[in-house]
Amino acid sequence: MKQRNFLISGFVASLFLAGVVSFYASSSPDGLEKVAQDIGFSETAKENTNADGALADYGVKGVENERLSTGAAGVIGVIATGVISTGLFMLVRRKSGTEK
Amino acid sequence: MHIPDGFIDIPTSAAFAAIAAGAVALSLKGAKSSLDDKTAPLAGLTATFIFAVQMLNFPVAAGTSGHLLGAALATVLVGPYAATLALTIVLLLQALLFADGGLSALGLSAFNMSIVAVWVSYAIFFTLKKILPKTKSSTAAAAGIAALISVPAAAASFVLQYAIGANATFSVSAVLAAMIGTHVLIGIGEALITLFAVGAVLASRSDLVYGYKGEKASLEIRNA
Repeated sequence: MKQRNFLISGFVASLFLAGVVSFYASSSPDGLEKVAQDIGFSETAKENTNADGALADYGVKGVENERLSTGAAGVIGVIATGVISTGLFMLVRRKSGTEK
Repeated sequence: MHIPDGFIDIPTSAAFAAIAAGAVALSLKGAKSSLDDKTAPLAGLTATFIFAVQMLNFPVAAGTSGHLLGAALATVLVGPYAATLALTIVLLLQALLFADGGLSALGLSAFNMSIVAVWVSYAIFFTLKKILPKTKSSTAAAAGIAALISVPAAAASFVLQYAIGANATFSVSAVLAAMIGTHVLIGIGEALITLFAVGAVLASRSDLVYGYKGEKASLEIRNA
């Protein structure tokens, strides 16, 4: 597969997973949260500093429709991660022509 | 396994943040050798995919869910240094944008997921590679087994942090038993997703995969 097509398919798959499939994810507590609840130390958790942020808990503030809110947050997250990480890795990489 | 603020005291959190920062600095150097014009975009895609799949919590037991950690996946696809960077970027964005994981606990979470899980995956994957046949399917299988073990390893690393600096006084052995028990189950999901994702990349672009490099070096035509 051509590099460009490979990268585009991977990016589209990520958009689909975060933008559409994420709505169907389990909302049960994750492993650490569940252990903290069962054992009893979950009460030591403090509220997240960004708990009032516009995208807190993977939802867009003000968007009532949960499917839309989660999906949009996922899409924003995928684009942000894609841009920032690819940018960083392109900066860090060996420039073509230099020896290994 | 994103740690919220408050579980672990500030001195312990600060110490692990310092270790994580050191590891990130070393990884910025180390990643240079594994990243070139072709693999750098793959590393970006790997971070992006891990962010997306971390949103997909799957049920593992009554009232408990888990999601991909992605350390083994990233290690096999882009190497341990780039994997550390990819996971750290994901954790940073999750804490800053989505309030997932506490900011004061970021160093703790990064230590467990971007460092411990990555290097455990690296050790297991390359040990298995020496034993197994040099095929795509055994590469994917070795990635899956590394993934399976990386999750309880990260969980054990959290228990170490709990033992050093918890703000609670519940017994460490009880936390250890519960964390390992739950995360072995999550590790099974981790193994399946990693097996599938590594298999998919090997099927389309095996030449980009860090953990598969050298397998066909003798057949490669190298352009200067």
